[in-house]
Amino acid sequence: MTTRTLIQAVNDGLRSAMRADDSVLVFGEDVGPKGGVFLATEGLTEEFGEQRCFDTPLSEDGIIGTAVGMAMNGLRPVAEIQFQDFIFPAFDQIVSEAAKLRYRSGGQYSAPMVIRTPYGGGIRGGLYHSQSGEAYFCHTPGLKVVIPSTPADAKGLLLAAIADPDPVLFLEPKALYRTVKGDVPDDDQPVSLSSLRVVRQGSDVTVFCYGAMVPVASGAAEAAAEKGISVNVIDLRTLLPLDEEGVLAEARKTGRVVTVHEAPRFCGYGAEISALIAENAIEYMEAPVRRVAGFDTPFPNTLEHHYIPDQRRVLDAIEEVYNF
Amino acid sequence: MTPISPPEPFTVTTLEGAAAGHDPGLQPDELIHAYRTLLTVRAFDEVCMKLQRSGRIGFSIPNRGIEAVSVGAASALDKSDWIFPSYRDFGMALYHGVRPLEMMHNMFGNGADAAKGRQMSVHFSFVEPLHFVSISSPIGTHLPQAVGAARAFQMRGEDRVCLASFGDGGTSSLGFHSALNFAGVWRAPVIFLCQNNGWAISCPSAKQTASESYAVKAQAYGIEGVLVEGNDLLAVREATRQAVERARSGGGATLIEARTYRMGGHSTSDDPKRYVPAAELEAWECKDPVRWFERYLAGVELWDEGLRERLEAEVMAEVDGAAKEAEQTPAPGLETIFSDVYRDLPTHLRRQGQESFEMAQRLGDPAAGDGAFPL
Repeated sequence: MTTRTLIQAVNDGLRSAMRADDSVLVFGEDVGPKGGVFLATEGLTEEFGEQRCFDTPLSEDGIIGTAVGMAMNGLRPVAEIQFQDFIFPAFDQIVSEAAKLRYRSGGQYSAPMVIRTPYGGGIRGGLYHSQSGEAYFCHTPGLKVVIPSTPADAKGLLLAAIADPDPVLFLEPKALYRTVKGDVPDDDQPVSLSSLRVVRQGSDVTVFCYGAMVPVASGAAEAAAEKGISVNVIDLRTLLPLDEEGVLAEARKTGRVVTVHEAPRFCGYGAEISALIAENAIEYMEAPVRRVAGFDTPFPNTLEHHYIPDQRRVLDAIEEVYNF
Repeated sequence: MTPISPPEPFTVTTLEGAAAGHDPGLQPDELIHAYRTLLTVRAFDEVCMKLQRSGRIGFSIPNRGIEAVSVGAASALDKSDWIFPSYRDFGMALYHGVRPLEMMHNMFGNGADAAKGRQMSVHFSFVEPLHFVSISSPIGTHLPQAVGAARAFQMRGEDRVCLASFGDGGTSSLGFHSALNFAGVWRAPVIFLCQNNGWAISCPSAKQTASESYAVKAQAYGIEGVLVEGNDLLAVREATRQAVERARSGGGATLIEARTYRMGGHSTSDDPKRYVPAAELEAWECKDPVRWFERYLAGVELWDEGLRERLEAEVMAEVDGAAKEAEQTPAPGLETIFSDVYRDLPTHLRRQGQESFEMAQRLGDPAAGDGAFPL
C-alpha cells in the first residue's frame, strides 16, 4: 500500500495498464510532455514515448472518433477529454458510434476504449469547467459510466475500465483530485465494475452518492451520527450498468433514502434511483426519497458553493426523511 | 476576385473507350470481374427497387450513375485493407467477394443478417472476405474512425490502409474536418474518397461549399488532393492505386474527389423530379459508367453484346435467388434485442429480456409497422 492522491492513483493506473499491455495508448489535448492540464498523465510520454502517450489536435470529435477506429482495430485507447464540459462535440462519436458499434454490427465490431474526463465543480470554473454530465451518458445503452471517489477506486476502476471489452466513460471528480488521499494497493487489483461500495454502515437512512459527493455525504453522516441518526452511505461507483439489486438491498435496509449529486435535479441520476425504489421496494419505504442535487440552472461561477450540495444540505435531507 | 478555373477531372479513357495504351494493372479476368460487379450492383438496385415498391422491404439506396466509383476504388485495394463505407458503396463489398445473398439478408433484416436485423436496410457490415465496416447513418462519423484504424496499422508497422468513402454532403460534416486534420498531422495511411454525385438528398453542391472543388480542400490539411472523373472506372482505379501506394509507403493521406452523378433519387423514398434539372440528367446519361467501361472493354476486345446479355442474366438470377431466399429466412429471435449491447449481458438487460418474453407470451406479439420509411 502507498498513500496517493486521487490524481496520482489515476496516473498509477494508466502507467500500470501501459506497462502490462503495449496496445494501451493515452492521448488527448496536452496529455503528452506537459502531462495534462491536471497532470494526470505526467511522465507517461517520458516512460512510453510519443507513440504511446501523445498530444492530439484540439478536437474532441477527432480524439474520440480516432479512438473508436483504433479500438475496433486492436488497440486499447484511453482518450482524455480535458474537461467534461468540452465533450459534446464528441457526443455523436460516443453515443452513436462507440456505444452502438457492437450492437449494430451484430458483434462483428466493437470499441473497447476508455474516455477519461474530469467533471464537476468546486474549482471556480464557471459554466464550462464545472458541469456534471453523467445523466446524458447514462441514457446510452452500450456505454459504461464509472465515477471513482477514492484513490484506491480511481486506480482499481480505471484498470477494470481499460480491461473492459466495451466503451467506458470514466468521470473523474476534479474537486477530489488533490483533496483526498488514501491507501492504494501497489499491485494491480481491478475493482469490478457495477459493484457498489459501502462507505459507512448505518441503519436509519441510506444515502446514495458518487464522485465528489461521497466525502460530502460522509461528512453529513458523521454530523447525523452526532444527532443520533445512523446513516448508511453508498458510493455507486458504476452508474451504468447499475447494480440495481445492490441499490434495492441498501434501500430496503433503512426504508429511508436520500440521493446526492451535483448535476441538475431534473432527469438527474437521483431520479432513476428514486424510480427504481418506487417500482421495486415501495413497500419497504418509510418516507419519500429525497433528492439533493444541483439546481436546474447552468453552473454558476461566483456562487458555486451555493449550487453544489454541501454537508448542510445533505444533513438537512437526512433529517427530513428521518423525521418524516 | 478572379475565380480560379477548376482543373478538369483526371481521366484514363476517353468517352469512346480509348485508353491510349494505359495499363490498368488488371488481368482480363479481373477486368471482367469488375464489369460483372458493375452489373451486379445494377441488378441489386433493380431488384431492391421492385422489392421496395411491392412493400416487401422498407428502403433501398440506388447506385445508378455512381457504380464505377465504388468498383474502381475497390479494385485498387487488397483484402487486408479496411473499407469505411457510406451507404452508396456496396459495389466495393461485392467486388471483394461479398455475396448478394449476404446483402439481401440485410435488406430484409432477417435472422441471417450479419447485423441481426438491428439496422435498417443498406447498412451492411462485413468482416469477411474483407473489413467493410458497419455503416452508420449519421454523416461523416466514420471518417475519423478510419484515421484511427489507419493509425493502428501504422503503429504496428503493417502495410495496410483504410479507405473511407462519403458523399459531397459529407464534406460539410464535423467528421470530415477532424479526420483530414488528424490524418494530415499523423501522416495516416488513409484514403478519403469523396463520391461527389452532385446531390446531398436534394441539396446541390453549390449549397454545400463555395470551394472550386472538394479535392482542393486537401491542401489546407497538408494532404494530397486529386480530382478524378468518377464515371471512368479505370481513372478512379488509377487515382486510388496511387493514393494507396502513397499511404503504404508512408506518404500519408489522400483526398480523392470522384466527380459523378446520381442518376436517381437519394433513396427509394425520394422523388428526384422535384429538384433535379432534367437537362443535367441528360448531360450525364451519355457518361453512363457501365456503358463507358463496356466501350473500353470492347476496345481491348474483351466485350460484345453477347457478354453483357450472358452476364446480366447470370447476375440477375443470382440476385433474384438471393432475394427469394432472404425473404423466406425467418426474422431474428427476440433475444437479439438484448444481446450485443455489451459483450456480457448485464443483469438489468437479462431481466428486461425475460420480461419481454413473458409479455410476448401473455399479450401475444405486438403489431409490426408497415416498414415505410420517409427519407
